[in-house]
Amino acid sequence: MTRQEKKPPALETTLSQLRAGEGGWICGFESPDPLTQRFMELGLLLEEFVEVLHQAPFGGDPLAVRVRGSLLALRRTEASHITVRKVPKL
Amino acid sequence: MIPNATVLPISYIALVGSPNSGKTSLFNSLTGARQKVGNYAGVTVERKEGWLDTPLKNRIRIIDLPGTYSLSAVTMDEEVTREVLIDGLGSQGRPDLILAVADATNLERSLNFVLELKSLGIPILLALNMMDLAGRRGLNLDIKVLEKELGLSVIPIVATRKKSTRVLGEAIDGLVKNWPPPAKKIEPAPGTPRERLLARYREIDRILKSAQKQAVAPHHWTMRLDRIFLHPLWGTLLLYLVLGLVFQAIFNWASYPMEIIETGISWVGDGLGKVLPMGWARSLIVDGMLAGVGSVVIFLPQILFLFFIILILEDSGYMARAAFLMDRHMRRVGLHGRAFIPLLSSFACAIPGIMATRTIENRKDRLVTILISPLMACSARVPVYTLLIAAFIPNQVVWGPFRMQGLVMLGLYIGGAIVAFVVALIIKTLFFRTSKPLFLLEMPTYKWPNFRNVLFGMWERAKVFLVRAGTIILAASILIWVISSYPKAPEPLPEGHTTIEYSLAGKIGKGIEPLIRPLGFDWSIGVGLVTGMVAREVIVSALGTLYAVADAGEGSHFQELISTIRNRWTTATGISLLVFFVFAMQCLSTLAVVRRETNSWVYPVIMFTYLSALAYGTSFLAYRLALAWGLG
Repeated sequence: MTRQEKKPPALETTLSQLRAGEGGWICGFESPDPLTQRFMELGLLLEEFVEVLHQAPFGGDPLAVRVRGSLLALRRTEASHITVRKVPKL
Repeated sequence: MIPNATVLPISYIALVGSPNSGKTSLFNSLTGARQKVGNYAGVTVERKEGWLDTPLKNRIRIIDLPGTYSLSAVTMDEEVTREVLIDGLGSQGRPDLILAVADATNLERSLNFVLELKSLGIPILLALNMMDLAGRRGLNLDIKVLEKELGLSVIPIVATRKKSTRVLGEAIDGLVKNWPPPAKKIEPAPGTPRERLLARYREIDRILKSAQKQAVAPHHWTMRLDRIFLHPLWGTLLLYLVLGLVFQAIFNWASYPMEIIETGISWVGDGLGKVLPMGWARSLIVDGMLAGVGSVVIFLPQILFLFFIILILEDSGYMARAAFLMDRHMRRVGLHGRAFIPLLSSFACAIPGIMATRTIENRKDRLVTILISPLMACSARVPVYTLLIAAFIPNQVVWGPFRMQGLVMLGLYIGGAIVAFVVALIIKTLFFRTSKPLFLLEMPTYKWPNFRNVLFGMWERAKVFLVRAGTIILAASILIWVISSYPKAPEPLPEGHTTIEYSLAGKIGKGIEPLIRPLGFDWSIGVGLVTGMVAREVIVSALGTLYAVADAGEGSHFQELISTIRNRWTTATGISLLVFFVFAMQCLSTLAVVRRETNSWVYPVIMFTYLSALAYGTSFLAYRLALAWGLG
């Protein structure tokens, strides 16, 4: 519901599309309300920088991401609700 | 210590904090051994309360509420916390004081929860925990400014230190002396829960800008360790190493204290046998109660070893990583990564395993995990497996160091686990299709496990196990003793008969014989199955009694039983019984714990029914196959 109105630019993608070492700025949530609330409680907020640090073995799912200094684990299905503006790898 | 005689103005304090804030550790330090564990009415969430003795000799009750990130009530734990704080705890009402525990290494998030708590209008004392770790990571915080901005008393602490406990006690004394604290009316903030959450974040940002001179730096060791522990290859290998360690602890290390307990119990039994007069009372106490309770206490070492490792892994922060690494495998059968630990624990005993499912937030995921946990080969099956394998499986060398008997044992373990996953998959697809599992958890920074916390956790689990399982076992043991002792056999005993044939248990065995005949079982095995309901391994001693094996020392007794059943049964019967024990729900304690944990009779009934059907079906199949193979 907080998804931005305008057409996504080329770099906009979902958190689930990122691989280890990649990161981006959170720009929207497409999750049902309670899940979005839980994301936010854990620090996944709009305009926060989120970085994928690890992927689990056998298929790279779930992900371990760093946001606001803490490390969170989530499945790619959950991560697919979070849209991010990907930052090109440095 | 003499509690203060004057009536305190407060009835109880609620301890509130997020899962990794060190809340449990603080609870242990504050209350010491003065705590007890129960359940909240109507739900399966564990309720812990204890007594705090303050420096001014006030004795105040503290209730440790489940760890939560907010009051939004997504999980069962949160619902309980929310209910106690908003509606009160039954007749005891709402807490008079909230002791909020915040993690100083994660200020923004913990303070967000504290601000949410403030809106409740209950006085709050804020304990800012892990100040030592935060300090080492460069935190520079002005407590005075923080207090002023939050409008709360803030006490920096290190939960495990005595000094911190004293300072907190003094602060509580101060509050009690001038009770009630000046009330501050807080206007309920407008907007949706999400808007309020975001408003709190903005407020925290503002407060920290003035109170925090330097923020905590990332924990470099955690990042370094995670590069290994979460590495696809090394991390996985390390996890298997940890699993190996758990097995080692359960099967090898625990066997020494188990032997000591066994010797101790038989020593007590012998002693009582000499002191007590001959007759039914002696038989009831020694053969009924002591033997029955002994069959439970014997598992205490395994439970303690298991929880020793689990608690160390939990306290150090590794457990969340294990769930992360195992999630993929667990999900394939529709389970949560967190189900991995309860299932692993079930290899020792399904009871701690089922108790450990509390960490699974989703109710349906949790139920599936509970329902399949008895399929993990628990340690009570070891004596049964050992007896039957020794009697019916030849010990020839198969390949290199591997022998047939060991491989069959391994096969029984793996077989149970495979069936468990198949059952999980079936339950998930047939009944819980709509359930969308949520895997979203925080991976805490690594730290050295606190020895005291680990000991407390072990003590708590031991107590819960002994009390919950022990009471039922004691009752069931008495019942089993009664039905296997009465009615009495005629004297002298007719040739070729045993006393148990005349008892109710013998009659039941004969009664169910037509039912178990297709599995290759005769009435004596029926008696074993009936008495084995107390605990699986009871069948071994029941068979000993039935076949009147002379009690000639421990080792030779067992050897004699092996040769007796080898002579009396066919190999097909032995194999059939072996298969039966992989699946059969031969454990009243497990059913009792499931009843407690799910707070309903439905799940124990479902569990018993499906496992019995599974046992009967596979056993029948195994018997027919073995007969066809010429093992009749």
